[in-house]
Amino acid sequence: MGIEEAPSGFLLTTVEDLAGYFRKGSLWPVTFGLACCAIEMMAAGASRFDLSRFGMEVFRASPRQADLMIVAGRVSQKMAPVVRQVYDQMPEPKWVLSMGVCASSGGMFNNYAIVQGVDHIVPVDIYLPGCPPRPEMLINSILALHQQIQDQPLGVNRREAARAAEAAALEATPTSAMKGLLR
Amino acid sequence: MSTQSSARSTGPAPGAARPHAARPPVDDTSVPSFESSGGDWDEIAAEIAELGEERIVVNMGPQHPSTHGVLRLMLEIDGETVTEARCGVGYLHTGIEKNMEFRTWTQGVAFCTRMDYLAPFFQEAAYCLGIERLLGIEDDVPDRAQVIRVLLMELNRVASHLVCLGTGGNEMGATTVMTISFTAREEILRIFESITGLRMNHAFIRPGGVAQDVPAGLSEDFWHMDTEVRKYLAQLGDLMLANPIFRSRLVGTGHLNLAGCMALGVTGPVLRSAGLPYDVRKSAPYCGYETYDFDVPTSTDADCYSRVVLRIEECYQSLKIAAQCIERLERSVGEPVMVADKKIAWPAQLAVGTDGAGNSFEHIREIMGQSMEALIHHFKLVTEGFRVPAGQVFQTVEHPRGELGVHLVSDGGTRPYRAHFRDPSFNNLQAVALMCEGGQVADVVVAVASLDPVLGGVDR
Amino acid sequence: MTEKDPGTTGGSAAEPRTDVTAGGDVLAAPAAPEGREELEVVEVRTGMFGAHGSGDTSGFGGLVRPVTRPLATPRPYGGWYDEVVDVLAEVLAEGGTAFDAAVEGVVVDPPAGSGARTELTIHVRPEHIVAVCQALRDDQDLRFELSLGVSGVHYPGDAGRELHAVYHLTSITHGRSLRLEVTVPDSHPHIPTTTTVYPTNDWHERETWDFFGIVFDGHPALARIAMPDDWPGHPQRKDYPLGGIPVEYKGATVPPPDQRRSYS
Repeated sequence: MGIEEAPSGFLLTTVEDLAGYFRKGSLWPVTFGLACCAIEMMAAGASRFDLSRFGMEVFRASPRQADLMIVAGRVSQKMAPVVRQVYDQMPEPKWVLSMGVCASSGGMFNNYAIVQGVDHIVPVDIYLPGCPPRPEMLINSILALHQQIQDQPLGVNRREAARAAEAAALEATPTSAMKGLLR
Repeated sequence: MSTQSSARSTGPAPGAARPHAARPPVDDTSVPSFESSGGDWDEIAAEIAELGEERIVVNMGPQHPSTHGVLRLMLEIDGETVTEARCGVGYLHTGIEKNMEFRTWTQGVAFCTRMDYLAPFFQEAAYCLGIERLLGIEDDVPDRAQVIRVLLMELNRVASHLVCLGTGGNEMGATTVMTISFTAREEILRIFESITGLRMNHAFIRPGGVAQDVPAGLSEDFWHMDTEVRKYLAQLGDLMLANPIFRSRLVGTGHLNLAGCMALGVTGPVLRSAGLPYDVRKSAPYCGYETYDFDVPTSTDADCYSRVVLRIEECYQSLKIAAQCIERLERSVGEPVMVADKKIAWPAQLAVGTDGAGNSFEHIREIMGQSMEALIHHFKLVTEGFRVPAGQVFQTVEHPRGELGVHLVSDGGTRPYRAHFRDPSFNNLQAVALMCEGGQVADVVVAVASLDPVLGGVDR
Repeated sequence: MTEKDPGTTGGSAAEPRTDVTAGGDVLAAPAAPEGREELEVVEVRTGMFGAHGSGDTSGFGGLVRPVTRPLATPRPYGGWYDEVVDVLAEVLAEGGTAFDAAVEGVVVDPPAGSGARTELTIHVRPEHIVAVCQALRDDQDLRFELSLGVSGVHYPGDAGRELHAVYHLTSITHGRSLRLEVTVPDSHPHIPTTTTVYPTNDWHERETWDFFGIVFDGHPALARIAMPDDWPGHPQRKDYPLGGIPVEYKGATVPPPDQRRSYS
């Protein structure tokens, strides 16, 4: 798009604010419920916990009309290519929320059949732990995602941010070398 | 296949005929394939008509709004008629049964409860009943614990049927049915949360009893929930059962007569809709079911509509049983909820403290200050677990979807040697072909919804 | 045998103690006393479950634990079991199969007299499983019309009898349930399919093939059902690893469950 190629400055920041505001206003999820977390996701969309107040009650069946993929449930080895295919079919901008511990890290199923975290397959924006997370926790994570979308840089700022994040990750200590409570 | 690392098992000799799929994926460009992205079916149909292709294979799923989870339906259709219907399952296979072989018997409860996630108490109950039979303590489980188990199971049955009706209605386009069912289910989940602490996947039923006693205000909560759920069930009945669209879509579809049910081993509401009043709670009672007063609704129409009617009726029956449970709980306040044998009974009592949920202060005071035996029991039971004598057992319970069977093999140790769950959804899904072939594509969705498969149980 | 009690004179009355070894250690349980059932030792496990050679000096590496299974039960079996076994023998004989040729043994599990609810297990030879199923389903007095599926069990330590396929049958008419167990060796894991008698076993046999590698001869479409079609190996066998990955924490990793040390 033309306007986001503006140089970093007041104009770009205004564009970012507006774009973020509108994008988070009606973020449409794609129906990607896999297991138990899917039921809590449906409960979050139902009357008591109402996702409709965020404009998200329309779960699009077609990934081509969706912005957000909530991977709700354990991703098995057989399902992994399907997850990737659905993700690829979503048009930009798109976000991924991995709901539940099974989607975030494999959960309690540390075995041959489950992909240990859907971030092995798709890039994840928000991780939501829980087994299953309550609908209120899902709404909390969606609000955090909204904040992330609101603050998302565009154009030049985005390239710079990506470069900075990569540099930081390259210099960071790996988890097993960090000093923790076990050492 | 046998050239993998030595940790893998060796299969049949290389070169021997292998019965599993040996053909490479179909990359055949001579077979025309079309991808629909919505709203363009007319163009595709016109193209297909030009090509003269008559039989099309439609792939529904595994990601699909109408297939009850990650079920893949491969339908070969001729116009609107389904000539062949096949199920592809395994997209949710979690290896739970193998994982349970590496955990103690009590920890296995937390695993098996996640198989069929809409009816977790049934897996827990069947598993724990099986362990109790192996241990020989089935008569020693206190009555109060059995009553709590029955209460939780029956409320779970209502919740599960509500989801079935709700998602079934949603798949047919009636979203209000879904919102009503889920609101009713929320009332039941409030009760579960007050008793077990969790809304779903509670690892509450443990071998020897239940993890904790019910809270004090349960009766009032229950009667409030009962009124609300009955109100919503009435609304569902009014909304669905006389609706002409609903009736024309459900009456006469998904027909599976008694012979078909018996041949395919289908149990549960589908079998009862075909006329046979087979219910494990009546024929092989467990947890004291023979002492409760309830009916087993049956129909002879064997179609989707009668299954919906049956499920609503079963909800009412379950609420009746749950009311009887509440009365018994009121009469037996103060009785233990775990078996008396301290070498098996789960030791800890959880309570909410200043830093979250954890062991209650009274329990910590007891094990740290008062009783050395209690400390040792707590330590041994939590880290090692109890030993179960060698043998095998098969325990069945009446799951909302049919007959759930648990086959447990013990080698005398603290872990199951083999735990296999005969899940009713797994079995009932075999009936999809019989129900759908010869019908129309739209009826496939309705038929699968009436079978009520939950893919977590199918794939485990 | 060295007697612990020095006061006993070496006389005619002293019987050798069976619960005390030559070294004077007392055995855990007396050998086959009255009323107890003798168990078949399937496998003897040494060392700690899971990890070996981890450098642990606790002494748990010296653990020896037998893996046991109940042996065949002598007659009478109790309840309706005798009647069912007799009718089955009769029907098989009418069909031309000797009972002992088809059935390896009958086990009542747990042993009768222990007060607990028992279960009947009939160990059937693989060649005759279809005939036995047919007899159980069709005969008026047996009528086990509902098959609750097939599952597999793998005993890698039991050479020649590694793979077991377990069938559970229920008679709705008579309100009974029993179990059939078929044993096949790893080298030739073939069992005839029972889908001709019980069509419901279709997917169950596919699942057993998928997870254990038991080939059901004559099955209409024996393909993998839970794992992807081209998956190598059979996951629920005991020699297939659990397949987890070590979990990273700050400053340490925790190995997956099948590679951890444990003390039981």
